[in-house]
Amino acid sequence: MIKEINILGKHGWQYIPDLEDVTLPETFRGRPVISDAITNEEAVRLKECCPVYAIETSPVFSIHLGKCLFCGECSHVCPDRIRFTNDFRMAVTREEHLVIKAGSAEPVYPDVLAIRPEIRRLFRHSLKLRQVSAGGDNSTEMELNAAGNVNFDMGRFGISFVAAPRHADGIVLTGPVTANMAHALRMTWEAIAEPKILVLAGTDAISGGLFLKNTAIDRSFLSSIKPDLYLPGNPVHPLTVIHGLTALMGVRIRGGIPRK
Amino acid sequence: MADENMHCVSYFAFPDDGEYRFICILADDQTHQLCLMGHRDQGPFLSLTADNPAFHVFEREIYERTGILPEEHPWLKPLRFSVDRQNSHKGMDHYPFFNIAGDELHEVGVGPVHAGIIEPGHFRFICHGEKVLHLEIQLGYQHRGIERMMESSRGGLSHALLAESIAGDSVIGHASTHAAVIETLSGSRLSASLSIERAVALELERIAMHTGDSAALCADVAYQLGQVVYESLRTIIINTTQRWCGNRFGKGLVRPHGTWFPLNEDLGRIICNNLDAVMERLLPMVDRLFTLPSVVSRFDGTGAVSRSQMLAVGAVGMAARSAGLKRDIRWSHPSMPWKETAFQPVVLETGDVMARAMLRKIETEQSVSLIRHWIDQIKEQAGAIEQPDYQRTLLPDALAVQLTEGWRGEICHVAITDKHGKIMCYKIIDPSFHNWMALALAVRMQEISDFPVCNKSFNLSYCGHDL
Repeated sequence: MIKEINILGKHGWQYIPDLEDVTLPETFRGRPVISDAITNEEAVRLKECCPVYAIETSPVFSIHLGKCLFCGECSHVCPDRIRFTNDFRMAVTREEHLVIKAGSAEPVYPDVLAIRPEIRRLFRHSLKLRQVSAGGDNSTEMELNAAGNVNFDMGRFGISFVAAPRHADGIVLTGPVTANMAHALRMTWEAIAEPKILVLAGTDAISGGLFLKNTAIDRSFLSSIKPDLYLPGNPVHPLTVIHGLTALMGVRIRGGIPRK
Repeated sequence: MADENMHCVSYFAFPDDGEYRFICILADDQTHQLCLMGHRDQGPFLSLTADNPAFHVFEREIYERTGILPEEHPWLKPLRFSVDRQNSHKGMDHYPFFNIAGDELHEVGVGPVHAGIIEPGHFRFICHGEKVLHLEIQLGYQHRGIERMMESSRGGLSHALLAESIAGDSVIGHASTHAAVIETLSGSRLSASLSIERAVALELERIAMHTGDSAALCADVAYQLGQVVYESLRTIIINTTQRWCGNRFGKGLVRPHGTWFPLNEDLGRIICNNLDAVMERLLPMVDRLFTLPSVVSRFDGTGAVSRSQMLAVGAVGMAARSAGLKRDIRWSHPSMPWKETAFQPVVLETGDVMARAMLRKIETEQSVSLIRHWIDQIKEQAGAIEQPDYQRTLLPDALAVQLTEGWRGEICHVAITDKHGKIMCYKIIDPSFHNWMALALAVRMQEISDFPVCNKSFNLSYCGHDL
């Protein structure tokens, strides 16, 4: 007993009381900010350096957060043109909002109008999710686990991952969707009762990432179902996960559980 | 083949000039050498698996990809239904499971989608009551075709990014192995400071994963205090990696020929301070964990794999070391800077969940002292660290092998270039490839309810196997 008290004493309070009030280290690569002073020559060089074609040069220079692997290479090619900020708030509800244009330093927010009304009506106080990894490299999976851990404590908002599709309100998909998992993914989706949501977590799930043009990948599942939430990252940070899911539910995360 | 100091680190076949070239690499722990053998063949060859079961996965993979029959192979089943397989008319639903007839037996199928947040794989148990007689593991759901992409995609940076995504829990392990292969093929030598930087990152990854696994082991035996304490300590460690390179798993840190995130004295101090804070809370926790009867009774004797079984299936890394098998690349085939530390691996005897939990504790302490030792050296090396370089040409007609002891075990990358210096074959072996069969053996004659804790004690990679 004495030992446990000693351990608990050292353990102290581990949860982050206010998840809005977290500043990640400057090194963290979150939402990029692109200078609008990019020259044509620089734009071509930047586009060429990106192995996942996340950079577009027309009509305006932009980075697609759903394709970006956040490797930061472009910010090393032109350090005074592209900077990855430590802003983890990158979750969006519309795919077109994943595109960050040159000159925009605006934060990214999920568009409330794109959220189906029944989602907020039914899941506002409780959101139970099934996680399906379909070729995920296990880093995003570990971050989804971490979102529920003692530090980030996603459970305080009524969000948790459940052990069966019959218990779930939707799927959080990770990985580019391998051909060998395509059937199991579809079966899991069909086993969930309506209404249900689809969340794409991480670059691999959103766009296929490096694996997009690979024949071992089969993304036909995503051609018929529209995702409700996109969580960019490689892997997606637990704070991005919680920020996105609570925004979808219409829950304010400021405050959390008050410290005594 | 019967020599226990020798084990196969890689064995594969690849097409070349209308034929197949076979390459087999054995590691000799006694002489610290690698033995490489190769031949060309088109027809069937005699399987080695009956004499040495460790070859079963390698020969199954060769058969699946080339269609060349390993004759008299006793367990010639599909390995992962890879996209380049010869039997393309068959798929994941056609796996031929072993079965036993008997009125008192039943089968339990689990997966591919599991109850928690974990990668997909299918487990088929044959049980007598609660007792598991046999477990067969079907993998391949995670197959992304990474090896073929290493031979065909844009090269340079995209290869480095692919290497980072081989297994997201072993980012540093795979990325640094890949970088070393590319550096060798470019004929360049790694600077002392860069090799120290990668070693520190690798040991940090080991500490983080060992701590996270300890949390999961506690969760599987319903010891919540242990789970939350270990969990929060892992957060400190991976946040240290994030502070260093902007990513909690170390993505972006390791690049060929250089780095964007040099390990300077300031960072060294932060790492040491954070490790101090972790150890201060970790030590009372492990002291409690390994004396608590409710935990010890679940760990002790559970999922035991004997030394001879580990030897037979060719187990590597911490799973092998937990059962008395001294296999550790940091000792047997060390690169810099382990070479200079006279590193001695931790070897335990019992091969059960307790041994694998205990090994994690001791290896964590060992890694902390290694990191402290190396960070002390940084001050003496003031030289500027090189930046990454993706453009260097590779030597033509060359073969490079690199072995790294990741937290799970040995990681082996082999790259072969053609006469133009283009990579024509890239072979990756994750330690999971060797070790999945050891997990299947571990649960034999165990209660099926002990499967989760056995599984977690190995914590093998699905994507690292399926490639």
